[in-house]
Amino acid sequence: MNHLPQAWGRPRDDVYGTYDRSYLQTSTPNSHTQSPAVTGTSVLAIKFNGGVAMAADKLASYGSLARFTDVKRIRVFDKTTVVGFGGDISDMQYIDRLLDSIDVEENYSSNGNTLNAKNVHTYLAKVLYKRRSKFDPLWNQILVAGFDDDSKPFLSSADLLGTTFSAPHLATGFGAHLAIPILRRLFPEEMPVENIGKEEAVAALRECMKVLFYRDARSLDQYSLAVVTSDGVELKEDEKLEAQSWNFAENIRGYGTQVN
Amino acid sequence: MTSLLQLQSPDFETIGYSFSEGSRPGNKEHGFYPYTDNGGSTLGISGSDFTILAGDTRSVSGYNINSRHSPKVFKIGGDDETGEGAHIILSVVGFAADGQALKESLDGIVNMYKYQHGKPMSVKACAQRLSTILYQKRFFPYYANAILGGLDENGKGALYSYDPVGSYERVQCKAAGSASSLIMPFLDNQVDYKNQYVPGSGEGHALERRKPEPLPRSTVEQLVRDAFTSAVERHIEVGDGLQMMIITASGIEEIYSPLKKD
Amino acid sequence: MFRNNYDNDSVTFSPQGRIFQVEYAQEAVKQGSVVVGIVSKTHAVLVGLKRNAEELSSYQKKVIAIDSHMGIAIAGLASDARVLSNFMKQQSLGSRLTYGRAIPLERIVLHIGDRAQTNTQHYGRRPYGVGLLIAGVDDSGPHLFEFQPSGMTQEMVACAIGARSQMARTYLEKNLEQFADCGRDQLIGHGLKALKETLSQDKELTVENTTVGIAGLAREGSVGKIENFKLYDGQDIVPLLEALEAATSGTEAVGAESMEVDS
Repeated sequence: MNHLPQAWGRPRDDVYGTYDRSYLQTSTPNSHTQSPAVTGTSVLAIKFNGGVAMAADKLASYGSLARFTDVKRIRVFDKTTVVGFGGDISDMQYIDRLLDSIDVEENYSSNGNTLNAKNVHTYLAKVLYKRRSKFDPLWNQILVAGFDDDSKPFLSSADLLGTTFSAPHLATGFGAHLAIPILRRLFPEEMPVENIGKEEAVAALRECMKVLFYRDARSLDQYSLAVVTSDGVELKEDEKLEAQSWNFAENIRGYGTQVN
Repeated sequence: MTSLLQLQSPDFETIGYSFSEGSRPGNKEHGFYPYTDNGGSTLGISGSDFTILAGDTRSVSGYNINSRHSPKVFKIGGDDETGEGAHIILSVVGFAADGQALKESLDGIVNMYKYQHGKPMSVKACAQRLSTILYQKRFFPYYANAILGGLDENGKGALYSYDPVGSYERVQCKAAGSASSLIMPFLDNQVDYKNQYVPGSGEGHALERRKPEPLPRSTVEQLVRDAFTSAVERHIEVGDGLQMMIITASGIEEIYSPLKKD
Repeated sequence: MFRNNYDNDSVTFSPQGRIFQVEYAQEAVKQGSVVVGIVSKTHAVLVGLKRNAEELSSYQKKVIAIDSHMGIAIAGLASDARVLSNFMKQQSLGSRLTYGRAIPLERIVLHIGDRAQTNTQHYGRRPYGVGLLIAGVDDSGPHLFEFQPSGMTQEMVACAIGARSQMARTYLEKNLEQFADCGRDQLIGHGLKALKETLSQDKELTVENTTVGIAGLAREGSVGKIENFKLYDGQDIVPLLEALEAATSGTEAVGAESMEVDS
């Protein structure tokens, strides 16, 4: 008998060839996300007197390919909260189903769904953190807008690492570089949220969406716009950028016809 | 930006970025790095009947400021909404998500202790427990530097400082986070009186060191403010606001004051 | 030896449609000392009568804090109650961690109800030998729930379970209309009076044997939205018993107050 216990009970290599050890495995290896595939770009949001406004364009890119042009990246939760997704679209759809299921479960109770935006944000941050700790992240940055326990406007962010933070205005992706400075200039952070009107806030978001369309190659001129107030959520999903002016591009290399 | 690109897996080229790399031989590297540094600094000083923990309120990722009011100092063992009834304070700095998870883990344990035993956990026990929480994740650590503060069994200020994997010691003062290397030498000099000598006490080795004594609260508060205003000048990740928590026999006081936002 | 052929396990019905093991478990609840719960528009109170197994032993806990917004009162096997209360503490903490919100009472009651019910439908398991009153506040105000070993749960305005609890229930039924508008102290008073009704001739409410737990909506001007669940045990209960004494002895108590010290 062979003196190697490992070989006992196995077909002999010299007769049957090398033993294929992959058959010993009971299951296929786990696969973890290493990089996002189809992605959405910026989400923007801003608090105003009595609510929060949020915008996100409708493009889903596959690398540099503009793959889908009608993807809604803002969803409503329980008529009181909106959630905006940047990053991987399939992970967004998975999280969307998670939110659907907790909404259903919550509605079993006699008081209906009592989860507010703050509760939803805590929940999502925990989901994202748990997945990153398993080295299998949900590749998203998420903005949650609505109201907190004291019925004050609430806006907070959570990302694929589980990092959370909140501010009077937030943006994901390219928006963090391009829109935040605009919003901070229009509405300085020491300015009380009560001084910002709903129309002002929405107009600022539209302006930021325009700047993003000019400068973010993975963006689109069609977008969703959500406004949360104590009356509920007003979600418009077929907004278009108005009054674009490409004059600025004339002398910029890379835009339009190149002269030299 | 270049470091980000290096992390991208070879599969990425199928998507069609023009800057994708060729495939590398050898082991497959994870394209996902589970940590980030959210910057900021914290600082703790204990006195004869009080402990102060402070931290700036800026949160960053890279050169971006995420938020200007993201707290790093937390009450432990109090009511969830109001924080009332807490008798321990904790500061965390480093990777904010791990810091938050660490804080919630400790807070849950301290609260559970209260319900199970009908009395609050001592600071000493809490300090030991925090160490074990950190060490439990020895091979996938919480990437955060913690400082725990409270009053010990004799009513004296107690301060414990931790490394990310749970090594800890009781200290008089400690700075942690991105500007710790700027603040700590200042504290050595101003709290422990390092390199301070009694004038005219002798020459060379005969020179007598100035003896450190417990500092009064007002002095310590001013030291904390000075430490942070200086750190703000020299470190880009520190700024926006200063959050201070002072724990005394009469409870926890929280003070917020602005720092430079540049 | 056997009372009948159908009580060996909790998965077999008797021909009359009864599950004897569950009924025996409910009997264990009736053996436990009495606990009373009442809810008003602003508060939910639990009152319990503690017993000591023997002269030398300490008194068994009757009211247990679960979280800052709720607590339970137990009647029956204390060890089963400990297991259930630990489970509830975990659930409550879990809700705070995942959603950052105090668990709604209806939710947690449903959880323990489901848990108890599975014990009645699996071979080799035993129903919990304890009944609970669950009191606390959540977003929809103060609540009181009753829980039975069968897994039955229901919301109550006032409730009493345990030995001689019928006397307390009679009191509660008689005063039902008053509860809704009661203030905090009045509600505790009603609870203690109901508890007092259950005592046999030679017993009375003392510092040793009485326990009270109360949670409610926050008073005007206080921090936070709720008044946290507060447990009155041992010396803490003295003022409550004194208030009860003053209320029940009525008019003559006013003059007698200064002399009570000697009695």
